[in-house]
Amino acid sequence: MVELALPKNSQVKSGKHWPAPAGAKKVKTFKIYRYDPESGGNPRWDTYDVDVDAVGPMVLDALLYIKNNIDPTLAFRRSCREGVCGSCSMNIGGRNTLACTHGWAEVPGKAVQISPLPHMPVVKDLIPDLTLFYAQYASIEPWLHTDTPEPQTEWKQSPEDREKLDGLYECILCACCSTSCPSYWWNGDKYLGPAALLHAYRWLIDSRDEATGDRLDALEDPFKLYRCHTIMNCAQVCPKGLNPAKAIAEIKKMMVERVV
Amino acid sequence: MSKNDQFQVQQFRTPLSRARGMGASRHGVSHFITERVSGLALAPLTLWGAYAALKQVRAPHDVVVQWMAQPVNAVLLSLLLIAALVHLQSAVQVVIEDYIERFTTKTALVIGNLFVCVLAGAVGVFSILKVALTVTGAH
Ligand code: SF4
Ligand code: SF4
Ligand code: FES
Repeated sequence: MVELALPKNSQVKSGKHWPAPAGAKKVKTFKIYRYDPESGGNPRWDTYDVDVDAVGPMVLDALLYIKNNIDPTLAFRRSCREGVCGSCSMNIGGRNTLACTHGWAEVPGKAVQISPLPHMPVVKDLIPDLTLFYAQYASIEPWLHTDTPEPQTEWKQSPEDREKLDGLYECILCACCSTSCPSYWWNGDKYLGPAALLHAYRWLIDSRDEATGDRLDALEDPFKLYRCHTIMNCAQVCPKGLNPAKAIAEIKKMMVERVV
Repeated sequence: MSKNDQFQVQQFRTPLSRARGMGASRHGVSHFITERVSGLALAPLTLWGAYAALKQVRAPHDVVVQWMAQPVNAVLLSLLLIAALVHLQSAVQVVIEDYIERFTTKTALVIGNLFVCVLAGAVGVFSILKVALTVTGAH
């Protein structure tokens, strides 16, 4: 539902300040969203003045440095640290992106502000609850559907048909797109969101798939699909340079082709 | 209710059940087509309407009435009104669905929007026809 102001218990208060160590030469401030559901208190902004001389170039390097050297209670997700696992997505300097591929020096403004992906329940600090997001992905049944008995070898696909999946299969399910989409903010319980729809399209145009009609049926809905109003935030933020908005437009085109 | 509260309340439903909800309504493509086609029709009709309006800003009342009574003008004017209202009705419905969550409020607004647009169309077309059919010497 539309929530233009944060509810009282979600309002972010100012929190702790961690000054730079004496003698620090190059100091950068990181303003980080902190929330601990077990403490029962409101979320807060903690600020860390970090001596960045010893810190690697990416925001994730800075977060790891803070966790290892300043404040071990800071919670965030990461795994591959090279932009392929999709776990370190967060809002950095007002923009959803991956902490491991975004340089802290590139963030405009004096302090590097970091918060969890917007409009999601927060598990702790920078960790959003993506359960529904993953379930929405599962709901589009992201696997090959066939009725023809399986061939002895593989299902064949021409190089041209395989090429159609380029720009779709690279998605790492980081949720940067869906959580930047106003339609997903307001109706995220019913609207599938750009990530799930990009994958839906990936299976719709897979030449080996035999369930195109069923897949279209499962999407034709004012909320599941048609909440997309081509606002394009999704395409702007995707750290892999994909264009979910275009994939959604293609689905809408297929819907029309089916009836006219 | 904040998002974190929803998360607490609904945790006994499986995530997939929440994601699937009541399934797809198999409805939406006709609304999409209506929006696009009415938009398409509006492009030339609005250009014509703007041109006609500009030409008559300073014209006296009876000249405008005479103009309106021309069959071509009366028909185009009615079409412009209908296309605009069809487009408006679809667009406003989308805004309502975007922002209003409660079923009763949402349904009441969607129906109200439909009624207002249909009423405006009926009154408008009736008025155009009345002028067109009562003014003499226009043909
Ligand atoms: S184009 Fe569609 S999916 Fe992408 S941000 Fe806009 S409304 Fe959301
Ligand atoms: S489309 Fe891009 S932003 Fe969206 S989940 Fe996939 S990789 Fe992330
Ligand atoms: S840690 Fe894997 S994408 Fe950033």
